[in-house]
Amino acid sequence: MAEVAGGPRPEGEGARRRRAAPPLPQYLCSSSLFPLQTVPGPAAPRRAGPPPARDAPTSGSARPAPPLPRTRVREAPGGRGQPGWAGPCGGGASRGGRGRALPLTVVAPVSPAAEAAELRARLRSVKHTVLVLSGKGGVGKSTFSALLAHGLAADEAKQVALLDIDICGPSIPKMMGLEGEQVHQSGSGWSPVYVEENLGVMSVGFLLSSPDDAVIWRGPKKNGLIKQFLRDVDWGEIDYLIVDTPPGTSDEHLSIVQYLSAAHIDGAVIITTPQEVSLQDVRKEINFCHKVKVPIIGVVENMSGFICPKCKNESQIFPPTTGGAEKMCQNLNISLLGKVPLDPQIGKSCDKGQSFLSEVPDSPATSSYRSIIQRIQEYCDLQHFQEEKTI
Amino acid sequence: CAEILARSNLAGVRHILLVLSGKGGVGKSTIATELALSLRHSGKKVGILDVDLCGPSIPRMFNVQDNDVHQCDSGWVPVFVDQDKSISLMSIGFLLEKPDDAVVWRGPKKNALIKQFVADVAWGDLDFLIVDTPPGTSDEHISTVEALRPYKPLGAILVTTPQAVSVGDVRRELTFCKKTGLRVLGIIENMSGFVCPHCSECTNIFSKGGGEELAKHAGVPFLGSVPLDPQLSQSLEEGRDFIQEFPKSSAFPALAHIAQQILDGTSPQSS
Repeated sequence: MAEVAGGPRPEGEGARRRRAAPPLPQYLCSSSLFPLQTVPGPAAPRRAGPPPARDAPTSGSARPAPPLPRTRVREAPGGRGQPGWAGPCGGGASRGGRGRALPLTVVAPVSPAAEAAELRARLRSVKHTVLVLSGKGGVGKSTFSALLAHGLAADEAKQVALLDIDICGPSIPKMMGLEGEQVHQSGSGWSPVYVEENLGVMSVGFLLSSPDDAVIWRGPKKNGLIKQFLRDVDWGEIDYLIVDTPPGTSDEHLSIVQYLSAAHIDGAVIITTPQEVSLQDVRKEINFCHKVKVPIIGVVENMSGFICPKCKNESQIFPPTTGGAEKMCQNLNISLLGKVPLDPQIGKSCDKGQSFLSEVPDSPATSSYRSIIQRIQEYCDLQHFQEEKTI
Repeated sequence: CAEILARSNLAGVRHILLVLSGKGGVGKSTIATELALSLRHSGKKVGILDVDLCGPSIPRMFNVQDNDVHQCDSGWVPVFVDQDKSISLMSIGFLLEKPDDAVVWRGPKKNALIKQFVADVAWGDLDFLIVDTPPGTSDEHISTVEALRPYKPLGAILVTTPQAVSVGDVRRELTFCKKTGLRVLGIIENMSGFVCPHCSECTNIFSKGGGEELAKHAGVPFLGSVPLDPQLSQSLEEGRDFIQEFPKSSAFPALAHIAQQILDGTSPQSS
């Protein structure tokens, strides 16, 4: 509860730590994120009380110092012309054309090798990393990521981290019931937002001050933020790092794979819906994985059939005209982790920020999710085992 | 000189519409396709420019995914859907050697191709050019809006599904429109309710009303709710003309109404 007292700003404490809190990046403070705002009051906290009490995680590390007095990750507008400021539209913006998009300037330039070493050091304490990918949008990546995190965190001995790198459309805060939460800065970095003691979440959504804020960024700035999510967030000891991605095969995807290569990626779970329109994009994503050498754990077919709650008949809302994920997996020799039927309760739970698994434990979709999560867990354990053998 | 050439390629296009959504998989390409088909049935000439470079869906939705783009004196010839050349398409899908090739590009390459798409496609005379976009508010969107700015696009249609998770992303897209000075023609709520073909019970699989509420909240027109309709998904899978073949289906009235509103909105200008 030390954080409510707004204790003395522990400058000394910061110095004592091996690694001082990263300075808030220029580009996050710049007006590009919050250009439509009035000048914010001094760190006006939205919640009067302390954030939900969080003791040190069970893993026993003497980690999280209480967050510093609320440091909001924003600043008064006026970042015009600052390095790293990319106008909403580069040069031609209607709002006065405030200057060309500049490449991200890192606060202190470091060599790529040093950077990789830093990332590696930071990610050393991560045991397993799972990417959740899909070429297609709206197929349920975030829903699945959220449920996977909940499912894995059901084991209290495991520390789970959920990282949302969908910079332009972050859905994780809402799905985890963390809307309006903010990131705190502590001596050892940004603190993730905790849902449970053993489930920490990080998303660009926690850095925005209003649900209307659009992150209108080109690639380099997105990459910069993703790097910070890995380097500057005080994740602590983690058993599972789950990374939720945006659709596509572009900047975010290349960057996360590149940055995580400093550590280790167990594999990717690929989400699809049954129709060919979705599968054709998913095949591209599979090719992407091959190209960047990320192992594929398997494919999950979401929205697979709908059972009418009234007459219990099944309808194919998104018809698998080309055989669905099953056929695709056979053709490409990838394992199909499971099919999850459409259940109106899933969307509802997501909107309310609750875990569908515990809200509706008897739904066929729940059992399907559970068996998929178990298969992923087994895959990761096996990976770990094999690694130990090779060492 | 390049500027003048670019002008000449879009000079015959009367109205440019963008289909946007912060969220993926909500039906941007579906709406773009059905809007194009509806406008065609009203006797208009329509082009679709698909700037979703990592996941192009438009070629398949018209069942022309095996076509190639050819070159002519004035630039790239779009792919025509029919003999009358009433609908013409341009998409990266036509430029890939293999359909499953992943376009693993970072921003700058995507931006360069979009500039080319805007400048170098020989659209000829079109009543409407519909620009189908990927989800988000990033490179593709910034580049498209910048490149189209000299041609004064009519505005953007925003597509959402009813659930809060999707509406949240579309709110961000509204901010994008505001900041880039793009007029919002209206919001469409897609996948709004599903009528069971067995018992006619309507289930709101992705909840209901989120799009309409957002439109009210943002003070922009609400263009209509399109229900989930297996016949619609099926038509898009097979690249068939839903507007012509399924006038009795549950999604038809909503789609026709949306097209009519677009026509009504543009008729005073054209007359």
